[in-house]
Amino acid sequence: MKLDTPKYRTSDEVDFVIIGSGAAGGILAKELSGHGFQVVVLEQGPYLMESDFVHDEIKVLQEDLLTNHPKLQPNTFRKTPQDKAKQQRALVYGRLVGGTSVHFTANFWRLHEIDFIERSKLGAIPGANFVDWPITYSDLEPYYTKVEWEIGVSGLAGASPFDPPRSKPYPMPPLPVKSSGVIFERAARQLGWHPFPAPMAILSQPHQGRSACVNCGFCLSFGCEVGAKSSSLASAIRMAEKTGHCEIRPNSYVHRIAMDERGRATGAIYFDAQRNTQFQKAKAVIVSANGAETPRLLLLSANKQFPDGLANSSGVVGKNLMLNSAAVSVGVFDEPLNDYKGYAVSRVLHDFYELDTQKLGFYGGGGLDARFDITPINFAMGGMAPGTPRWGNDFKAALHHDFTRTMEVFGHGTSLAVENNSFSLDPELKDAWGLPALRMTYKDHPDDLKLANWLAARSMELLDAAGARKKWTFPISEQEFAVHLLGTCRMGNDAKTSVINSDHRAHDVKNLFLCDGSSLVTSGRGQPTMTIEALAFRAADRIAALAKKGELSA
Amino acid sequence: MLVDRRNFLAGAVTGLGAAWISANWPAALAASTHARAAAISEAPPKLEFLSEQQAIEVTAIASRIIPSDGSPGATEAGAVYFIDRALMTFAVDAQAIYRDGLVQFQEGIHEMFPGIDKFSSASVAQQDEFLHSQDNPNAPKGRRNRAAPGAPSFLETIRGHTIAAFLIDPESEYAGNHSGVGWKLIGRDPAHSFQAPFGFYDKDYPGWSPSPAGEKAK
Repeated sequence: MKLDTPKYRTSDEVDFVIIGSGAAGGILAKELSGHGFQVVVLEQGPYLMESDFVHDEIKVLQEDLLTNHPKLQPNTFRKTPQDKAKQQRALVYGRLVGGTSVHFTANFWRLHEIDFIERSKLGAIPGANFVDWPITYSDLEPYYTKVEWEIGVSGLAGASPFDPPRSKPYPMPPLPVKSSGVIFERAARQLGWHPFPAPMAILSQPHQGRSACVNCGFCLSFGCEVGAKSSSLASAIRMAEKTGHCEIRPNSYVHRIAMDERGRATGAIYFDAQRNTQFQKAKAVIVSANGAETPRLLLLSANKQFPDGLANSSGVVGKNLMLNSAAVSVGVFDEPLNDYKGYAVSRVLHDFYELDTQKLGFYGGGGLDARFDITPINFAMGGMAPGTPRWGNDFKAALHHDFTRTMEVFGHGTSLAVENNSFSLDPELKDAWGLPALRMTYKDHPDDLKLANWLAARSMELLDAAGARKKWTFPISEQEFAVHLLGTCRMGNDAKTSVINSDHRAHDVKNLFLCDGSSLVTSGRGQPTMTIEALAFRAADRIAALAKKGELSA
Repeated sequence: MLVDRRNFLAGAVTGLGAAWISANWPAALAASTHARAAAISEAPPKLEFLSEQQAIEVTAIASRIIPSDGSPGATEAGAVYFIDRALMTFAVDAQAIYRDGLVQFQEGIHEMFPGIDKFSSASVAQQDEFLHSQDNPNAPKGRRNRAAPGAPSFLETIRGHTIAAFLIDPESEYAGNHSGVGWKLIGRDPAHSFQAPFGFYDKDYPGWSPSPAGEKAK
């Protein structure tokens, strides 16, 4: 049910305009409107409700019901700056109120202490822009706890011996184990590893008026039809609306941050649903448009004072893109797992979170999880064992046998920041609104590919110990498709090498803040949303304090 | 207790607590929408894009991709109607691939078996031999969980559409997987709500306990 919320006029100078309503934007809206500030959230996508979410693979995966559409917003890809970029779909993100948090898997791992200080521990890595964060785990810990309790995360504190310290247990127990989780847990223990119940941003019990998970099975890539997945849509956005100070304005595609002559942001210029240009005035601007669209918006907002893009005196806007390395191995077992039921991941292990770089000869670390997130059509199209007939009686027999007996072991790991890996504006291709399209440049650091192969080998060991009848790994190659969009407006103390300070304030523009995946300095071990949300809670505290001190007023 | 969407609605009215219903109201709303869509889809299908002759050929090809070999296949799933609708909606870009591909199949099978003038007239063995000659195992497979963006050949295109017709959510407005035959074959219960235990390996799970060593591996 949509609430009656304030409707601000574009000519009203609201306290904050927030661009993007996803994992970070939703929390910033909730927190700042909770302080009594007037907030307008501009979201480029539609405002869908739980009743709009369907299990239709064509609508969701092919027609992009919830995601950026390659016809409306095409993009280009190249491996290096020397290459000519070609038009090909290179990224997916949630394009609706709630953003990517609507369709994510909802794995909610905290970063560990090491993630913030790894450069100091290991030293420089050739070919990588590897630096420490300007904040530490202990700065972020209270906000991780806030995410768990306010947004809703299920899990078991202390279950992993590798977990960082925490100030509070989870607000609710883990979700029920799946057959994939039991197989994973038993095999991992045989190997001397330490599996534990997965922390998930999915409710195992009713929480704050929301329903618990009903285990419908259409989770990754799909919106939750009962609101049990703790998306921004189901949690923070609704809380923001209840404050009475926040307007969520969908179908509002921001393409320029307006600036005055004194170098202050004055609001956001956007296309409304009818493609008319509008201008929302605001005392301060927060961009939480994701790690691709945030740098794109800064680059689109270039002006005389900032000819290379807004807040880009460092030249690093859009650079240092990190996608997380990944490896997926698959096993088929004798008896039905029926893993299509329920959410994706019920068991995880972090024994490989911090690997011995010297011994292995490459940098990296990661985790493994047990899951089955392949929906029926995708399973038949590309989820079956290599060599399975592609059509005919034997294909049908394999579908019949394997669908209920298959699980994946998913390896998630670090990626190193590399300066050339970036989002920038394509010089030729335009989107349906006539704006320069995104151009992605990406070539994995060699260590990332070594790590992915190493994690795949561990996954295969596990599937072997589990007695899988068939097992294989999806081919590991240089990534050309982005889901995690990290590091492109990195946080740092030095205005020459970073875009925002540790308050998420742009070094160059005092009333402009950036907070989303672009803020991350290192990639973590593969599950960034928990950290994006903790950063958003922390940023909201810092921004509210600055506003209350009058530092954001003209 | 397993609850399919329509029983779920009925249960919401008759058996379940008011708090549960209110917590799940979006699902109830969605269920009523889907029920309406399902009712509409009961109307006898009409071809919108394919001619009757083309539909016969499409049916014959789809039934070799997912045969009706003792259990329902593409034909019983309504693949030809799903494909016809697809070519007017989400797969409108593939119209030319079908137009040209059906002609090429007709010519190709005649060339391979001179007495045969169209795919649907060939024996099953001849049809399979011809399909093998057209199959390209190196065709792009797309990213995991995303189909390849552009289908490169007619066989690859109709293979993808036949699979979609067979395995799409039976509640989809695109009206494939008629009577849920595809999901029955793969063992996918169409209910929207399940409770643990889900499968063979978790049914006797004793509950989580810390790893025996309880400490970090060296």
